[in-house]
Amino acid sequence: MTYAVIAQRKKIHPYKFNMWVAIAAIVMMFGGFTSAYVVMRGQERWVSFQLPHQFIFSTIVILCSSFTMAMAVRYFKRRMMNAYKRWITLTAILGLVFMYSQFLGFRFLYAHGVNLTFNVSASLLFIITGLHMLHVLGGVIALLVIFFRALRKKIRSYDPVPIEVVATYWHFVDILWIYLFGFFIWLR
Amino acid sequence: MSSEVHFGQVQGAQQAVAAVAIHDGDHHAHHHHQSFITKYIFSQDHKIISRQFLITGMIWAIIGGFFSVIFRLQLGFPDKSFPFLETIFGHWAAGGHISPELYYQLVTMHGTIMIFFVLTAGLSGTFSNFLIPLQLGARDMASPFLNMLSYWFFFVASIIMLSSLFIQTGPSEAGWTAYPPLSALREASEGSKLGMDLWLISMAVFVVSQLLAGLNYISTILNMRTKGMSMTRMPLTIWALFFTAVLGVLSFPVLLSGFILLLFDRNLGTSFYLSDIYIAGHALPNQGGSPILYEHLFWFLGHPEVYIVMLPGMGITSDMLATHSRKPIFGYLAMVGSLFAIASLSFLVWAHHMFVSGMNPFLGAFFVLFTLLIAVPSSVKVFNWLATLWRGNVQFTVPNLFAIGFVSLFISGGLTGIWLGNSALDLHLHDTYFVIAHFHLVMGIAAFFGMFAGVYHWFPKMFGRFMNNTLGYIHFWVTFVGAYLMFWPMHYEGLAGMPRRYYEYSADALAVYHRFQHLNEFISVIAIIVFAVQILFVFNFFYSIFKGRPVKDPNPWKANTLEWTTPIHVGHGNWPGEIPEVHRWPYDYSKNGIDFIPQTVPVSPAEEEVQESITTR
Ligand code: HEM
Ligand SMILES: [Cu+2]
Repeated sequence: MTYAVIAQRKKIHPYKFNMWVAIAAIVMMFGGFTSAYVVMRGQERWVSFQLPHQFIFSTIVILCSSFTMAMAVRYFKRRMMNAYKRWITLTAILGLVFMYSQFLGFRFLYAHGVNLTFNVSASLLFIITGLHMLHVLGGVIALLVIFFRALRKKIRSYDPVPIEVVATYWHFVDILWIYLFGFFIWLR
Repeated sequence: MSSEVHFGQVQGAQQAVAAVAIHDGDHHAHHHHQSFITKYIFSQDHKIISRQFLITGMIWAIIGGFFSVIFRLQLGFPDKSFPFLETIFGHWAAGGHISPELYYQLVTMHGTIMIFFVLTAGLSGTFSNFLIPLQLGARDMASPFLNMLSYWFFFVASIIMLSSLFIQTGPSEAGWTAYPPLSALREASEGSKLGMDLWLISMAVFVVSQLLAGLNYISTILNMRTKGMSMTRMPLTIWALFFTAVLGVLSFPVLLSGFILLLFDRNLGTSFYLSDIYIAGHALPNQGGSPILYEHLFWFLGHPEVYIVMLPGMGITSDMLATHSRKPIFGYLAMVGSLFAIASLSFLVWAHHMFVSGMNPFLGAFFVLFTLLIAVPSSVKVFNWLATLWRGNVQFTVPNLFAIGFVSLFISGGLTGIWLGNSALDLHLHDTYFVIAHFHLVMGIAAFFGMFAGVYHWFPKMFGRFMNNTLGYIHFWVTFVGAYLMFWPMHYEGLAGMPRRYYEYSADALAVYHRFQHLNEFISVIAIIVFAVQILFVFNFFYSIFKGRPVKDPNPWKANTLEWTTPIHVGHGNWPGEIPEVHRWPYDYSKNGIDFIPQTVPVSPAEEEVQESITTR
């Protein structure tokens, strides 16, 4: 299946390239949502509300997870597989903590009467952050996949491409959240 | 004959090399034991996937075309009763008259099917899959697995859309653009119930399929070209497919976000697109939304989408005209540049579909400007096509006729785009038959012509046989003349103000359009004839797969591109031996008195000198 890839590899590995194109597509989707946000904010009946403080905690967590991800790649390249597995696990856990913290943020909002149908402003916030959470979940699943791959393989594979692709995605999801959070703070 | 034997020998000798060249002997061994399922159904071979897209697209085209015949019966013969309709549609067509609900469902499905399932998935799915590896010298796509997934996502989307035709409340009837509030409120119509949910889910799956596909096309084109195949030596078809994929990857996600919000409005009580709505005297709780938001999100995809439909045809036409007129394409770089300009501008014009939506009129001025700017690269293309034909040794083969037809339709339909692009004129012309005429000529029929040209041209490569020529000529002439007979008169109807998407024009307020009754009848009759000829094409297609004249010459059109350097029946991996190296662009036709020089032929020193003296002149 991958013979074509191997036979004709050029500067950038096609899988990595695929990831960049996919990132462009995801950017466009969130671009669509945030443009909708900007347009709707201009309308009279926009009701703004306080962002939950849990989001700050989430931000710190996801920033840390980018660091642990980078560490994992580093140990993988040095072929220190045990350290690699530890950092991967830590990254996945931080991803889950991030999601939980976002969820707590949602609960906080609901407790204060800001629910999905409260106003377009709240609906957009829930949908945008919710979809972002789904993307983080996708990253966690990808991490689990490469983690179990590292466990199971009898013959060790030191091909860094899969882990690098996942790392690229992970950092992207991190940056995406920073952008979204900044966006929500700036245009409330 | 002798050259063929020679070819066979080389092939045999290279078979041994191939096993090594294809790096894992493992793989090579098991490919002989492939079961029917892995070979034809869950195949990862780009050539099979291409045929899957083509045939699925053809099935959809027949369904979509059939629907248009049914609603044309209503428009042409509003007072006649057709009992067979009741047999097909049951109580939806009681007494042999289709109901208004059914009319809108047919129109909606016709548009959805043709634009998305046929001219997007069917067209680029077929030719991107088939041509990108073959014309660039790759053994397959960058990721054959993702490629297979893209087809199967399309298949699932197809099944969901198809199933919506058979549910009790029928498919969506909100138009192919699915504007809210019609699409957002279940109470709005029968089709806005379950049919609309299925439509949205199907389209969401469809978007995923397009993203997977586009990802692969882009990455294959950029990363997997054979030695010597620089970007500027790529055939224009590949350039066009490249820009098509880029447009898709950047615009479909925005459509997806629009659909997600719509799904929330429908099912979870949000109010993105809804505000101040009364149904049967009751106010809905939804406040604060705006349908214009949906229109922005939709047309941000919608306009690039029309070019997603159009660009593959432009690319194929360029290559057909050059190959079948035995002349180099005129202005290669200008062709690439204009593709780039069209693709970029297509992101800046979407609101020309919204001039009368209540959008800020000052915004309109901006969009008028960019819309009219698109005419510039479009004209460059037309000029270059005509210049390519000019004094060429034009062969009136079926593919070339369709390519010439494409140019004709693109001119006719493109000129009316300039009318529509002026917001002042559009106030009158919007939502009339003028728009129908415009986009059917420029997009609908023209893109179909691009597809037909491609199918007739590459059929020998796909199936090792030719399609029947006589049937091909009948197909071309009836479709070409029929297209103009159907859509030309609609310009007059539209200028007179006749609105589109109306079930009938019997109301007193519409009495002024009664005088078009005979014209409508005429259009409907032509539509039936043209549809019948498409069935003839389908027959020709399937008959020729099994019974067509076998291809003897590996390069039957005497073309320069790489796909014709493969054996007549292309195997897995495309080239039995090494992948050929490329030494020149694909348009060396009638150069220095030589009819054609394939891309694999090295440039001779003498040629080089001539080349230099030309470029430095
Ligand atoms: C010179 C270039 C073109 C210009 C200036 C132009 C302009 C326009 C404008 C202003 C409209 C909106 C009309 C209305 O709804 O009132 C329109 C509709 C449309 N155009 Fe074009 N167009 C051009 C070329 C094309 C091409 C190349 C395609 C397709 C490949 C295309 C496909 C469509 C479609 C599908 C619609 C109708 C959509 C709908 O309302 O259902 N146009 N065009
Ligand atoms: Cu447009």
